[in-house]
Amino acid sequence: MNYGSSVSGERLFAECKYSTQALHIILNLCQYLFFHRQEILKWNGWGYSDTRFLFNKKGQAEFTGKRYRLSGMIIPALQNWFEGTFGASVQHKSPAMPILTSSAVQPPTLNEAFVDELKSTGIPCSHDAEDRVFRGHGHCLHEVFALREGKVGRVPDIVVWPNCHNDVVKIVELACKHNVCLIPYGGGTSVSSALECPPEETRCIVSLDTSQMNRILWIDEKNLTAHVEAGIVGQELERLLNESGYCTGHEPDSMEFSSLGGWVATRASGMKKNIYGNIEDLVVHVKMVTPQGVIEKGCQCPRMSTGPDIHHFIMGSEGTLGVVTEVTMKIRPMPEYQKYGSVVFPNFEQGVACLREVAKQRCAPASIRLMDNEQFKFGHALKPQVSSIFTSFLDGLKKFYITKFKGFDPDRLCVATLLFEGDREKVLQHEKQVYDIAAKFGGLAAGEDNGQRGYMLTFVIAYLRDLGMDYYVIGESFETSVPWDRVLDICRNVKARIIQECKDKGVQFSPLSTCRVTQTYDAGACVYFYFAFNYRGLSDPVHVYEQVEHAAREEILANGGSLSHHHGVGKLRKEWMRETISDVGMGMLKSVKNYVDPKNIFGNRNLI
Amino acid sequence: GKTRALDPMLKKRDDFEDILEERRNSSDLKYALRCYTPVLYKGVTPCTSSMLKSMVLQSDQLHYVINQVSKETGKATDDIKEEASAILEEMAQCLQLSTVRFFAFTLSKAFKTLFRSICVNEDGIQRLQQAIQEHPVVLLPSHRSYMDFLLMSYILYTYDVALPVIAAGMDFMGMKFVGEMLRMSGAFFIRRSFGGDKLYWALFSEYVKTMLKNGFAPVEFFLEGTRSRTSKSLTPKLGLLNIVMDPFLKGEVFDVNVVPVSISYERVLEETLYARELLGIPKPKESTSGLFKARKILSEDYGSIHVYFGQPVSVRSLAQGKVNRCQFNLVPRHIPRRPSEDIASFVNDSAYRLVRAQEENMVLKPWVLVASLLLQYHHQNQAAGQKRGIALVTQVVSSSLTLHRGLVRICEDKVQLAVEQDITTYLSTVFYYIAVILLSCASYRNQALHVFVRPALLALAIHTASSNQKQEVFNSFSFLRNMFSNEFILCPGATVQDFEEACYLLVKTGALQFTQQEVLVTERGHRTLAFLSTMLDPFLQGYQVVCRFLCEEATETLTEKQFIPAVRKFIKKLLLAGRLRYMEVLSSDLQKNSLAALLRLGAVRKMKG
Repeated sequence: MNYGSSVSGERLFAECKYSTQALHIILNLCQYLFFHRQEILKWNGWGYSDTRFLFNKKGQAEFTGKRYRLSGMIIPALQNWFEGTFGASVQHKSPAMPILTSSAVQPPTLNEAFVDELKSTGIPCSHDAEDRVFRGHGHCLHEVFALREGKVGRVPDIVVWPNCHNDVVKIVELACKHNVCLIPYGGGTSVSSALECPPEETRCIVSLDTSQMNRILWIDEKNLTAHVEAGIVGQELERLLNESGYCTGHEPDSMEFSSLGGWVATRASGMKKNIYGNIEDLVVHVKMVTPQGVIEKGCQCPRMSTGPDIHHFIMGSEGTLGVVTEVTMKIRPMPEYQKYGSVVFPNFEQGVACLREVAKQRCAPASIRLMDNEQFKFGHALKPQVSSIFTSFLDGLKKFYITKFKGFDPDRLCVATLLFEGDREKVLQHEKQVYDIAAKFGGLAAGEDNGQRGYMLTFVIAYLRDLGMDYYVIGESFETSVPWDRVLDICRNVKARIIQECKDKGVQFSPLSTCRVTQTYDAGACVYFYFAFNYRGLSDPVHVYEQVEHAAREEILANGGSLSHHHGVGKLRKEWMRETISDVGMGMLKSVKNYVDPKNIFGNRNLI
Repeated sequence: GKTRALDPMLKKRDDFEDILEERRNSSDLKYALRCYTPVLYKGVTPCTSSMLKSMVLQSDQLHYVINQVSKETGKATDDIKEEASAILEEMAQCLQLSTVRFFAFTLSKAFKTLFRSICVNEDGIQRLQQAIQEHPVVLLPSHRSYMDFLLMSYILYTYDVALPVIAAGMDFMGMKFVGEMLRMSGAFFIRRSFGGDKLYWALFSEYVKTMLKNGFAPVEFFLEGTRSRTSKSLTPKLGLLNIVMDPFLKGEVFDVNVVPVSISYERVLEETLYARELLGIPKPKESTSGLFKARKILSEDYGSIHVYFGQPVSVRSLAQGKVNRCQFNLVPRHIPRRPSEDIASFVNDSAYRLVRAQEENMVLKPWVLVASLLLQYHHQNQAAGQKRGIALVTQVVSSSLTLHRGLVRICEDKVQLAVEQDITTYLSTVFYYIAVILLSCASYRNQALHVFVRPALLALAIHTASSNQKQEVFNSFSFLRNMFSNEFILCPGATVQDFEEACYLLVKTGALQFTQQEVLVTERGHRTLAFLSTMLDPFLQGYQVVCRFLCEEATETLTEKQFIPAVRKFIKKLLLAGRLRYMEVLSSDLQKNSLAALLRLGAVRKMKG
């Protein structure tokens, strides 16, 4: 729980040794500030309440707030792109319900004995409707769509805010004693229905919100590690480490809101994994509280040959085995120099061939992403109003050079965005190496600005979805990983499948179906798809949406793609787990679950 | 509308348009030189015929196979590469618009003298245009004549549709000049058999796939593998179909559209040639000089041609739920593998469906029914020692009679086959002459067999079943259907559907009634059933004769080569002795089919060596 102003308040809680009474007093004062995230975050959409896209009276798109580079700017091309791509109109609004009516929320099923004992521990809790609703969903389309319509399904009955590892131990013990269901809650950015309460769950459901466990407990500069509480949110972790001159370098697109514990529980991946690695590479030690007790390794060693790595039972367990409370992570000195870049390719095939070569030569920059033509145009539509005639003249000249002089077809060209990091000299050298490879595949360097805008797109895309939903457009992103020889085929086929399914399911307008290759590995790549359509004329748009997404996932699997690269399985993709990991694999996971949590206390029913 | 809802068998057909009409009224030269700008596949990668060859030679598939062959044979990879390049040279098409224009001109002239009209369903052409734009397209015409593929390209040129590349048998290459001409009009040549030759197979399949995937041109081939000499559709060959479906199954293209095309000739150019061939009178080798001799064909009237472009079939939708495409996830896709069981049966089922789609869209002339009746009368009267014919009825029938005047004669206002009734009196020179006429006539009847085969099998089943019990009749139907599945297009595993279809049709025509347990033939049903079972009688008797031959005459072992001449001699003897009625049993096609069926059913065994 970063959320800026509250940081100094958190420090008050750095020690866990208050008398319960004193704690209560402070909590009563501060609870409003700390525990009600919904005051700064939207309850029925993405991100900060003060930040959103809107079409102003002149029909121009605007991005409100002050938090982002794009904030406060006019985006002149967005309306045209939006209306042209979706057949939507700024005249046709589909606004969300502004406030939650508490009558829509079912009264909580409380396990009185549990609540009484919990209260006696002094760990703060709440069964306020807003608190419960806020923690009863992630950010899947169907979840947000329902909230916008003011519809609320099964939500947790009570929310509890442990302040440290020991609090969690107490909560888990009580949960086992009274047989209540625990669902850990970190940043709430899940897109796999992982936070949805199973409707068939009859026990009292307790949402365990880790947001108060957000301290860096120590930094070890000899070994370059930091020991951090798992509730800390990504950007806060980076900010605090930066103060000491370090970083983790782990930057998933959701890093403003997602938590360290969530990353571990879902096997997260960061944009700059080429330098820093994915979460499994970054974690040195994990502490998790399970119904059987605490699981952790006895040392903080870089590698061990001691049987299967128990971290791999924890990573990706998606809250089914316990709560991650503390993590020792690798840290790095902050990079001296950062540089964005971009390359335009005549077509997507050439671009993929270039990325493959870069991966082959193992010279990928911190981040390298290849957007297809549709996404390139999308990114272009997000260009803010240019201040000077000179820049707009330069833009025109660039466009002329690429399309007329170099003969690139504007409807086929695509762009790779790059981020280099390190010391200045090496960055420049590295940059040259990558641009030289790109040139062999017909790529033209297209400037830093295009690159930076590409990365901005990933932070604002979720806000854009909310804008779409204000105008009858729904959409979502989903991802996969795939061997190199399959990349082009999977991109083509999944995009085509989406278009065909939309047509077959009666969608009246052609959908946006676009992808990017977003990570490269030695043996393959991670591919990200965006998909959205105008749902006017459909009686059950969410159902249609879900059918199309289901078909798209089938297509991914039929084309040799994985069930998920980093979003996880949750409940949304559970049906494909067996074919993904085989019967024996399922049996292994189930037997671990049965040993660790025989009473299914961690009953979110994700994964298996 | 209403009728369709009531009767699923009655589909609305498109209207036909005669493309020769315009040719008769405007300049052929202008037509041959006109602007030709076909719509292409939206994902086309523009490339030339020679670029295709190098793409094939540089493909992962070929690299793999060349290394494999090199390891197995010890030959240097460079030598194998050279060999590969030579094979490809021999195989590849080099489609040139100028040659197509030449054909457009000369064929216009030829078609106008040979045919009264060439009728094409324009709606089908429009559907094809659309299909070509969206996905790679495979054209699957029926195969009754050498004419077929020239005719196809001619029609597509006429309608400004992308010209296909066509898989042709190597035998064409025997005709030096013509072979090259065909190559330049889009034909590529495949050896008839290349069993275990890995390199050849790899080159061939990769060549076809490359053209298909890149949307270079629609790929055309004949599912039946060869021209049907009997006018019945042949059991589909699966090799090429496997190849063109592979890119979809492996995810290399989103979909492939397969378009069955039905070409119905009122009279095929090869009419008597086929009959002679079936009777074992040696066929002239395809040669350029032979083709010029065929010029006398030009003086004859071959009636009209109907070409029906069927509904494009999406391979993706065919495969939905039948093939698990994940099976390619664990081995690199360029390593050749034998198709898995589910793919093999999927391709086989699809092949049958597509041949049936061809059959369903065939255009049948009244003459086909006349020929069926004439044959039935001929044999019945032959038994009764009478001389009778069908009364001349309409204008339509008489017009087709002039077209087939070699086969029929009109005697006292009755139509009869131009044959004496009592074959036992034939001199051996006349014997084959008569047989040619009867086989030709049978080939017209055969055109209608696909319409009648299911109810006819049921009629026969009722006739042969030991009781009227439904189950008995079904068992008997199932046996006969199984027996004849090399003879007619009967989709594998569709016995129940076929039975139900046959029952539905015969109940609908009032020939049958069903009670809880029994099948009853109605009063007026007897005639219908008699007509239907008579239709299959020659086949039934033919199979029986082959069995008799195998039991009585065949020594312990019989080589495949000896079989046809021996069985033919046996049948001739029976015919001359008056112990067998149907001369068409002399057809080597029927003899081969029955042997294949007996082999399949385990009644005979094949021994190697």
